[in-house]
Amino acid sequence: MEMDGPVGANALDAEKIVGKPLDRIDGRLKVTGGAHYAYEMQQNALYGFVVEASIARGRMASIETMKAERSPGVKLVLTYRNAPKQGTGNHREAHPVLTGPVVSRYGEPVAFVVAETFEQARAAAYLVDVKYDRERGQYALPHHLALARVPHQPDGAPADSEVGNFSDAYASAPVQIDVSYSTPLQSHAMMEPHATLAMWDGDKLILHTANQMLNQGQRVVASTLNIPIGNVRLVSPFIGGGFGGKLWVNADAILAAIASRYLKRPVKVALTRQQIFHVTTHRSDTIQRIRVGTDRDGRIAAIGHDVFSGNLPSEQVYEAAALQTRSLYAGPNRLTRHRLVPLDIPVASSMRAPGEAVGLLALECAMDELAEKLKLDPIELRIRNEPAEDPERHIPYSSRHLVACMQEGARRFGWDKRNSTPGQVRNGRWLVGMGMSAGTRGNPLRFSRATVRLDPDGIATVRMAMTDIGTGTYTILAQIAAEMLGLPIERVRVDLGDTIFPEAAGSGGSFGAASSGSALFEACHALREKLAGLAGMDPNTARFGDGHIATGERSVSLTELVGSGVEADGEIKPGRNNQDFSQQSYGAHFAEVGVDQDTGEVRLRRMLGVFAAGRVLNAKTARSQAIGGMVFGVGAALHEDLVLDPRFGYFVNHDLAEYHVPVHADIPASLEAVFLPELDERSNPLKSKGIGELGICGAGAAIANAVYNACGARIRNYPITLDKVLASLPDQA
Amino acid sequence: MKAFSYGRAKSVADAAIAASKPGVKIIAGGTNLLDLMKLQVETPSTLVDINRLPLDTIEETSEGGLRIGALVRNSDLAADPRVRRHYGVLSRALLAGASAQLRNKATTAGNLLQRTRCYYFYDVTKPCNKRVPGSGCSALAGFNRIHAVLGGSEACIATHPSDMAVAMRALDAKVEAIDHEGNTRTIPIADFHTLPSRTPEIETTLNSGEIVTAVTLPPPPPGAQVYRKVRDRASYAFALVSVAAIVDSVHGRIRSARLAFGGLAPKPWRVTTAEQKLTNATAGTTTFDAAADAVLESARGYGSNDFKIPLTRRTLHGVLGEITRT
Repeated sequence: MEMDGPVGANALDAEKIVGKPLDRIDGRLKVTGGAHYAYEMQQNALYGFVVEASIARGRMASIETMKAERSPGVKLVLTYRNAPKQGTGNHREAHPVLTGPVVSRYGEPVAFVVAETFEQARAAAYLVDVKYDRERGQYALPHHLALARVPHQPDGAPADSEVGNFSDAYASAPVQIDVSYSTPLQSHAMMEPHATLAMWDGDKLILHTANQMLNQGQRVVASTLNIPIGNVRLVSPFIGGGFGGKLWVNADAILAAIASRYLKRPVKVALTRQQIFHVTTHRSDTIQRIRVGTDRDGRIAAIGHDVFSGNLPSEQVYEAAALQTRSLYAGPNRLTRHRLVPLDIPVASSMRAPGEAVGLLALECAMDELAEKLKLDPIELRIRNEPAEDPERHIPYSSRHLVACMQEGARRFGWDKRNSTPGQVRNGRWLVGMGMSAGTRGNPLRFSRATVRLDPDGIATVRMAMTDIGTGTYTILAQIAAEMLGLPIERVRVDLGDTIFPEAAGSGGSFGAASSGSALFEACHALREKLAGLAGMDPNTARFGDGHIATGERSVSLTELVGSGVEADGEIKPGRNNQDFSQQSYGAHFAEVGVDQDTGEVRLRRMLGVFAAGRVLNAKTARSQAIGGMVFGVGAALHEDLVLDPRFGYFVNHDLAEYHVPVHADIPASLEAVFLPELDERSNPLKSKGIGELGICGAGAAIANAVYNACGARIRNYPITLDKVLASLPDQA
Repeated sequence: MKAFSYGRAKSVADAAIAASKPGVKIIAGGTNLLDLMKLQVETPSTLVDINRLPLDTIEETSEGGLRIGALVRNSDLAADPRVRRHYGVLSRALLAGASAQLRNKATTAGNLLQRTRCYYFYDVTKPCNKRVPGSGCSALAGFNRIHAVLGGSEACIATHPSDMAVAMRALDAKVEAIDHEGNTRTIPIADFHTLPSRTPEIETTLNSGEIVTAVTLPPPPPGAQVYRKVRDRASYAFALVSVAAIVDSVHGRIRSARLAFGGLAPKPWRVTTAEQKLTNATAGTTTFDAAADAVLESARGYGSNDFKIPLTRRTLHGVLGEITRT
């Protein structure tokens, strides 16, 4: 099915199973250790350990591996001297390793040591002696803005957009703000490290690997190793978080594959926590400038958003932080521009709502600043700029309930109790403030296929190369199949995470549930038609329930129909609805913070997110997703900061002791997420929208605005750490 | 991690003899040592495990204080009713540190002997005088947000990360040690940790072959006790600054005061002149400012840690205000 036109009434509308807050069907396996992750697969494997480059740019003058090779248990030390020639491309096309003596980024693997045990491999890795000739490089984004260029991402949105005449309209606007915000380098910090078990069966490669998009990964592995795609199988039924860091193939997979082929033994490797920061991807820092011109009533005449981010010279991926500014608010004159600065640091790529997550940290604080200047309530300012259609593309929204989210959130949160003058509310030694933010995230749909089979034992089996990165995909797919086929959820088996199954989008960009679920919906739809045909019933009027198909008074058990089993396929493709409708999910965040009057420490007191994101497929896992996203927002606002040392071109705080993410104590009990009822007829057959990243979008800005309201500190360089707040604190009595 | 051999000490004397040999490291909780070994920062050839030695009790001393065995776990020490009742500053400092899991493993002596959390110290590819004497200090002109503003040198500005030791410094604890010949001695905690000067690789006054057996606390001092830890997140973060304060005051009149600071220096920091400014003074901004001036008289920032100087002043102000109002 291609998404053209409205969906209309369908079998999911009954919501007997879909939408219910069911426990994860894989939950028991996970809490009992029965869910096996890539590194836990036992195949009599050898163990690999990565040796990272400890310079950012230059070349290896020498690499001495003799000591490592003679170390106990060592089977192989791979370097550029004995590694095979590999395919090339940007990080989404290929991931060649050990390609030569040149080092182009810190942490680039320079050797891979394989031994009988992990400990032997690790000990030997420290014996690899590399001498470098260092070269000067460009590392810090703020230092090299003059080198910025217009990025070109063939499959992405254009880097720039312009509507009307921004500069004239801005110049003549009676009310203006012109503010710059910066967001820091960030690391995904998922729980499971990147890990792979590689083995060969003749010329066929099997990779058990932690990867979010298996079919994409299969293509990258094949093109890197110069082997047919049909000879590559990726297996990844369980993934301990990805957050974008496992969207692409990483060095662990390629190194293990090469070593395994060389040694004719399975080879497994997991990156250490410290290695993850440099060997894999991160989110670029950004420097953003926002200009908004309005009339005296706050109606936007001109809105502009300029974004700088950085990446390796060979990469085109930029942090698309101005994307949401193209559709969030009305206004006839608009300008957005993304510029990419070539830097010699590890690859920057997608992380936790790439674009919006950091774009809204700037835009939604700028809106707060604008509201104050206009002496308007921040919600009222946003309502006055609620667009009737997409202001750049001049097409309707598929559905948009931002105003309802803000109003419902305001009511539940007690927004009317907010004192709009900063620094007026105290609780003991805490200065207390409230802030809000709008949130939005694009709603993509990607090609996916699924197979569903009903066997004579009454079990329906779903198969697709989809992944579940901890989000609840297994469960929502089981709910969709159960609802469509009229089966209890216990009678649905879901097999994911293997490229021998039909191709699926994988997990990323908030497209996973919609894409995989829609393909499964189509497969179930096709299976219903087959079953109706077998029962001699009209598929349009046949009812499916309790394991039976029925029409009128006649009811037949499905198990009696299926013989040795009936199978059907389905697929979904994005269609015209993508061009004809502006599709986003929406939300509103409300935060209350305390700022310590002495120390400037910021602590979140309570938080609420209200979202409208189409049909909710599972109320429990959706809430968990939203809350997780909001916690990301807490980290983005207050904690996360990957610090670059420009002398070495590396990230100084490359462990979880010093790269701070929120801990339990940072998250108050009163942090809640609410979904408003919404069905989107244009998004996909499920009428859902992506929610995987919506929770983070705007969450941090609400906190930043609350900090301002609490103590008058408008911090425009994230994260908001106490050193930045100190100067704004009141004198001590 | 370098391959190592492992053995268990049969007695305290056995452990001290082992500790006198090159390449030997004593392991107790291992919460810091094992991490450092994985990163090749510590490369002992032998680990001697002392976890089964009978050093895990807390006893009352004849002077009316407490003697805390070297192997008493941080969790147990924090929860001890005598500690909670009479040495609240110590209990609170312990609970402000690390995580519950780490506190369950970490020991009293291990806590005192933990190494700095300097980022550059943890990365063997970077120059660090503490790790490789003479290689240079990467923090001086680098990212030094968590580094010292007091007591550092041109060779090293690493801080001591302990919370527990800060409270012990305010309590005038003493460290008991025994050497491989069976000699015992008592080291005031003020003299236990050393300043880096030109030898940042030396961190304590323990001699080779000398191991910590206990920490003793004198009878509880008069006054209220507060431990205030300022950090970047609510838990599981090292102190940017911490203050252990023991102040005896009535109606705003301060009779005596002790102040120890964490996060500021290579060792738990105490400034006698600051305490003198408070003694027999009236609580209030002028007095607090005078104390802060005395604490920070020789403070120096290195860029990213400059904020610690005003932060310390404000934190001390807040703590003294709180403690003299009670």
